[in-house]
Amino acid sequence: MQQVVPDPFGSYRPGPYFCELTTDRAGDGGAAAAVRARIGAIGLDALRARAAAAENDLINLGITFTVYSDANAIDRILPFDCIPRILTAAEWRVLEAGVKQRVAALNLFLHDIYHDRRIVKEGLIPGELVFGNPNYRPEMENFPVRFGTYVHICGTDIVRDREGHFLVLEDNARTPSGVSYVVENRHLMSRTFPDLMAGMRLRPVDDYGRNLLSAMAEIAPEGVDDPQVVLLSPGIYNSAYFEHVFLAREMGVPLVEGADLFVEHDKVWMRTTGGRQPVHTIYRRLGDDFLDPTVFRPDSLLGVPGLIGAWRRGNVALANAVGTGVADDKAVYAYMPRLIRFYLDEDPILSNVETHICREKEGLAFTLDNLDKLVVKPVGESGGYGITIGPRATSEELEHARAALLDDPSNWISQPVVSLSVAPTLTDDGIRPRHLDLRPYAVTGRTTWVLPGGLSRVALKEGSLVVNSSQGGGSKDTWVLADDGAVGEAR
Amino acid sequence: MGRDLTLLARYAEGLFWMARYVERVENMARLVDVTQTFESPGREAESWLALIRINADEKGFAKRGQAPTADAVKRFYLLDRDNPTSVPASLELARTNARTLRPLISTEMWSQLNAFHRDMTNIDESALHGDRLSRLCARLKEGVQTHTGITEGTFFRDQGWLFYQLGRQIERADQTTRLLDIRYHLLVPAGGGEALRVAELTQWGGVLRAAAGYHAFRRVAPAGFTRSDVVSFLLTDPHFPRSVALCVEKIEWFLGRLRSRWGLRGTVAALERVEELRGGLMGRPVDAIMADGLHHFLDGVQRDLILLAGEIGTAFFRDWRPLAEGAQTQGQTQG
Repeated sequence: MQQVVPDPFGSYRPGPYFCELTTDRAGDGGAAAAVRARIGAIGLDALRARAAAAENDLINLGITFTVYSDANAIDRILPFDCIPRILTAAEWRVLEAGVKQRVAALNLFLHDIYHDRRIVKEGLIPGELVFGNPNYRPEMENFPVRFGTYVHICGTDIVRDREGHFLVLEDNARTPSGVSYVVENRHLMSRTFPDLMAGMRLRPVDDYGRNLLSAMAEIAPEGVDDPQVVLLSPGIYNSAYFEHVFLAREMGVPLVEGADLFVEHDKVWMRTTGGRQPVHTIYRRLGDDFLDPTVFRPDSLLGVPGLIGAWRRGNVALANAVGTGVADDKAVYAYMPRLIRFYLDEDPILSNVETHICREKEGLAFTLDNLDKLVVKPVGESGGYGITIGPRATSEELEHARAALLDDPSNWISQPVVSLSVAPTLTDDGIRPRHLDLRPYAVTGRTTWVLPGGLSRVALKEGSLVVNSSQGGGSKDTWVLADDGAVGEAR
Repeated sequence: MGRDLTLLARYAEGLFWMARYVERVENMARLVDVTQTFESPGREAESWLALIRINADEKGFAKRGQAPTADAVKRFYLLDRDNPTSVPASLELARTNARTLRPLISTEMWSQLNAFHRDMTNIDESALHGDRLSRLCARLKEGVQTHTGITEGTFFRDQGWLFYQLGRQIERADQTTRLLDIRYHLLVPAGGGEALRVAELTQWGGVLRAAAGYHAFRRVAPAGFTRSDVVSFLLTDPHFPRSVALCVEKIEWFLGRLRSRWGLRGTVAALERVEELRGGLMGRPVDAIMADGLHHFLDGVQRDLILLAGEIGTAFFRDWRPLAEGAQTQGQTQG
């Protein structure tokens, strides 16, 4: 007699939000229904047991990030939710085109502000927003980069509103992290849930390293036949060290620290057992400030003295280029739709979230009047810090935000609360809806390639909208369906 | 596969030290095990103090301000993370080195070491009592042997492998001299004549067992073996994997490979040290060495090994940090 297992989705209620697995969509070929049915067949208890085994795997493999609290450094895994998120082939075509368009606009914008400054001269963006930005680097003025590519690796944070429309929340044009989890989640999924994936025609995620390496080779100084690429990491105490290891491994290049490199006669060398070896492209996972103590922060021990000089002489390529932080600034973000029209003469494929710029009078007034309805964000922060979510804030928190806004209006933007989509997530109470976002990764050398899918980050706390790993977020495997056809039979 | 397999100097040093720290864990487990075997009823503390002496840890232990009881010494070596020669400290450093080496070593090497570190640094005082101590030592030895096996089966055999092996063999040679030295510090039971001779041989048998060499020794030793047979076996046997002579022979071979296969210059000074070490070991009969004082001789071998490690560091690791930091010493940490 077959055992009757209660349907784990029986009590699942996504509420008013778009659900990534239960809202009806054309063109998923029955994939979402198949996943729900297969999870039903596995049953909640077995699902939990396998999920626990999967997380244990992550710990043993050291797929961790480091959280610093006071004097302690704790290795934590990015919690993994085993119920995948599915994007249809049609949805992915839109996302991919939209991400490529944005990356193109970001690169044209950076080239412009470090050269002719047309966008400022024509009054589309306030000059002080660009040139007064702490991430604007005068060292970059009139400095040529190959193919006009400044942002070689870009992570675009995208959310989905109640109707299922994609909206860009922010661009990450400096050193976006998280791509290692995309690949590792897929590996984990195929080890732990092969029955869930059987017969699914999914776009692979395994060739990120190969694409990244070819972009890094493309941007190497001209005339170098077989360029030596390295990944420059701050070292084992950096919270993203695992990712650095992952990327170096996937590219098959050395992971170096600042002390492994030195500059002589404006050329960069690495120290090996057999003496020095030339270096041509550096994928650096260090902030601009730490790259070269002779140019930026003199107290930085992480960088390489003379590196910027070698770079300016065209003897080494840096990815991303110095000075890209001015483009992913939250204040510049507000102007992105205008930038796309200006540089590409196209309508934005992906919309922005409506954004009020508090450095502008109307923006500030609107924000102060609607503080309890808006999300207020500092422009220069990442990791979800410093954010006030109006509808959920106490009156004390609102007053605190008001004071901060009045004190330095240009440090802030505000946006309406976006109803992030939800996805079924395994919790202590069973399968429940949790909010999530999506960060696709774009790699650009001569052209742009986008890794199918990206990192789906889930806010594991009920009702929470903060998906950042540093604040209790987890992640999901993100499936991009390869075509519009039907799902094959599970074997 | 066009690219030359270059190796960052920092990675070479990391491999060298990872191997040393892992090897040290196994040897500490062997030393603890043999010390427990030798505990004489009523005089346990003295047996355990010998362990402090052979590791030259008198000062470090005194700083703890504890009475030198058996329990205090066990804690010092098996639980005390602040003691740089303890098992948890060695595991911590092995793991830290492994972490810097993650781009290079196999995933299986990393995850085994990561889990081994976690399990062995979570043990508590209760694991040191009664029969559990011996089981703990067995687990430590097995953990290291698992690491060795995984490394043998998965680690890429480029020059990194040679640096790893150099670290392992230098540490192993050093630890064998310490294991031998333990007899020097041990108490000879009261009495004399035949009873004394038998008691001594029992202790030497214990040393051999701790080195996992008892079976091999019985194959090559005469039936009525003497203590100099044991010493000779552990110092000079050409086939026993923990004998100092075989370690030195392997060191020479690995250095030679670095030069012949990987074109690394700068092995000359290290090879000269190896010559001296071999001369000291093989140049004189063991009886003569023992007549001059075994303890003194072992001290000299330990010093030579430190100098050898220093030459390797100067030749291959020096380039990535200032020479001013000086030659490598036994307790040096990397990173």
